Amino acid sequence: MQEFLTKVLPNLSVRVPEFQKSIVDTLKMLGLSGSFVFLFGILLGVVLILTKKGGILENDILFQPIDKVINVFRSIPFVILISLLLPLTRVLVHTSIGVKGAIVPLVIGTVPFFARQVEAALSEIDQGMIEAAKAMGMGTAAIIFKIYLREGVPALARATTITAINLLGLTAMAGAVGAGGLGDFAIRYGHNRYMTDITWVTTIVLILFVCLIQLVGSFVEKRSTH
Amino acid sequence: MSQPIIEFKNLNKTFRTKSHIAEAVKNVSLRIRKGEIYGIIGFSGAGKSTLVRCINMLEKPTSGSVIVDGVEVTALSEKELRKERKKIGMIFQQFHLMPSRTAFDNVALALHGLGLSGQQIREKVEKLLTYVGLEERMHAYPSQLSGGQKQRVAIARALAADPKVLLCDEATSALDPQTTRSILELLQRLNRELGITVVVITHEMQVIKRICDHVAVMENGEVVEEGEVFSIFADPKQKITRDFINTTSNLSEVYGLVEREDPLVSLSPGEVLAMLRFQKASVSEPLISSVSKQFDVVCNILYGDLDLIQGAPLGGTVVIISGKQNKVTESLRYLEEKGILVEVIKDARVSDQSIA
Ligand SMILES: Nc1ncnc2c1ncn2[C@@H]1O[C@H](COP(=O)(O)OP(=O)(O)O)[C@@H](O)[C@H]1O
Ligand SMILES: [Mg+2]
Repeated sequence: MQEFLTKVLPNLSVRVPEFQKSIVDTLKMLGLSGSFVFLFGILLGVVLILTKKGGILENDILFQPIDKVINVFRSIPFVILISLLLPLTRVLVHTSIGVKGAIVPLVIGTVPFFARQVEAALSEIDQGMIEAAKAMGMGTAAIIFKIYLREGVPALARATTITAINLLGLTAMAGAVGAGGLGDFAIRYGHNRYMTDITWVTTIVLILFVCLIQLVGSFVEKRSTH
Repeated sequence: MSQPIIEFKNLNKTFRTKSHIAEAVKNVSLRIRKGEIYGIIGFSGAGKSTLVRCINMLEKPTSGSVIVDGVEVTALSEKELRKERKKIGMIFQQFHLMPSRTAFDNVALALHGLGLSGQQIREKVEKLLTYVGLEERMHAYPSQLSGGQKQRVAIARALAADPKVLLCDEATSALDPQTTRSILELLQRLNRELGITVVVITHEMQVIKRICDHVAVMENGEVVEEGEVFSIFADPKQKITRDFINTTSNLSEVYGLVEREDPLVSLSPGEVLAMLRFQKASVSEPLISSVSKQFDVVCNILYGDLDLIQGAPLGGTVVIISGKQNKVTESLRYLEEKGILVEVIKDARVSDQSIA
């Protein structure tokens, strides 16, 4: 077995600890930035849905700037965003490299995308349901937590799945500029030093991650749809 | 008149969009009495929903005021309004249940914020769902229920906070006739047993006929006719009201028969084709047979359409009366004196000489 692995994966088999660390790093980046993205994205998405035209707190002064800023950030390519954000990253986390350095651009690069996804997911909720809730005497907080964030779960699960897969892709890209993780590992050895076995195995691991995310997402969506 | 529970005073609601202005409600003043079932009928776009949504301020009027049970809802703050809305239940054409919650949880949601314990909520929800006849389906999701059952859940939900008023916006318009009937019966039952004032919006005169005490007819944002259901049916003033009434009756089909020269309405000399409509609630006398005897005329009833409205018979018949000219004329006059609305549709009366 050992012999076989050494033969098929000559370069990887001598870098197992490094490989394991890069997997852990990717998961750390995904988990940490994902949590922030989820929080801020839901927050912004909810603010958008409430303040947009016809929303229960319709307010153009709040909606328009958020809407525009999201559009601007969504149009900046991620690699460029990383270098644009370098000064901010240094101020916030005192470093611009490694897992920590990657978090800031990953969060800022993904929140606008997720906020839009959340907005779209929540606007699937029938306006009539909101009317019924208002007619029952429910206030804004109750409508957010008991209707939007409850009835929106299936669509939010879908949005979260897409965003998480996107984010995974970005962690690989962040790797290219020194963030560590699987992307970094693949580029350093697989790409720069032509160790194709490393490129292949990294790809397979990333595909497995994507499948896992899909699986969890579909499960949540199914469980919350009646 | 007893104390009104809902009163509209010079209510106006205008929607302004970039492209156009819609005057949805124009200067409406109405009083709805405590404990009655009040119907609002009109074609789509007449402004019915907008008017009724001003009762619980889902729509803010442009001007005028609405008073519900002594409270001027148009003058309330958001917070006061939320409290007031608990006293006003509402159901909709599309039910608007929460799909992620069971029937039980949908009703329980309406009890949120009333300070009840878990046990109290459970008892109350079970009581409500039993009242609407859904005790068997308490833990079903909306997607597992039929339209009629969904509307029952919606009614239970609307009743949860013990409202004084129930607003029904086209509540039966998405349902088949049989289900419509059972939902209307439920509305009637909760009106009688719980004393809840019910406001019903519809475009179907059948709904008004079955359960309403008073009705307002709306057209282009205005109330064009208003009154007791029986008197509106017996003596409609507006063309639109007559059109609505005609949808529930086949009496007017006679005009089509005449136009098509149908053999059924072809008259022999000496005959009169007439429509007799009962106007008052006192038509128990056997008028047609007494006319036949008294004036020696023959009454041939082609067809009729009689209905019970607010417990009194209303409707009419289409008849061919034949006999001597003066006898036919006298019998028609006699019927009119007895309070029957007589309309001669086709006349083939001949003078007595030519018969002789
Ligand atoms: N939110 C709105 N914005 C603009 N126009 C509206 C709005 N709601 C209703 N209207 C207009 O007001 C009129 C009355 O509508 P509505 O009250 O829904 O009538 P109904 O319930 O009798 O069908 C219609 O012409 C409709 O287009
Ligand atoms: Mg309507």
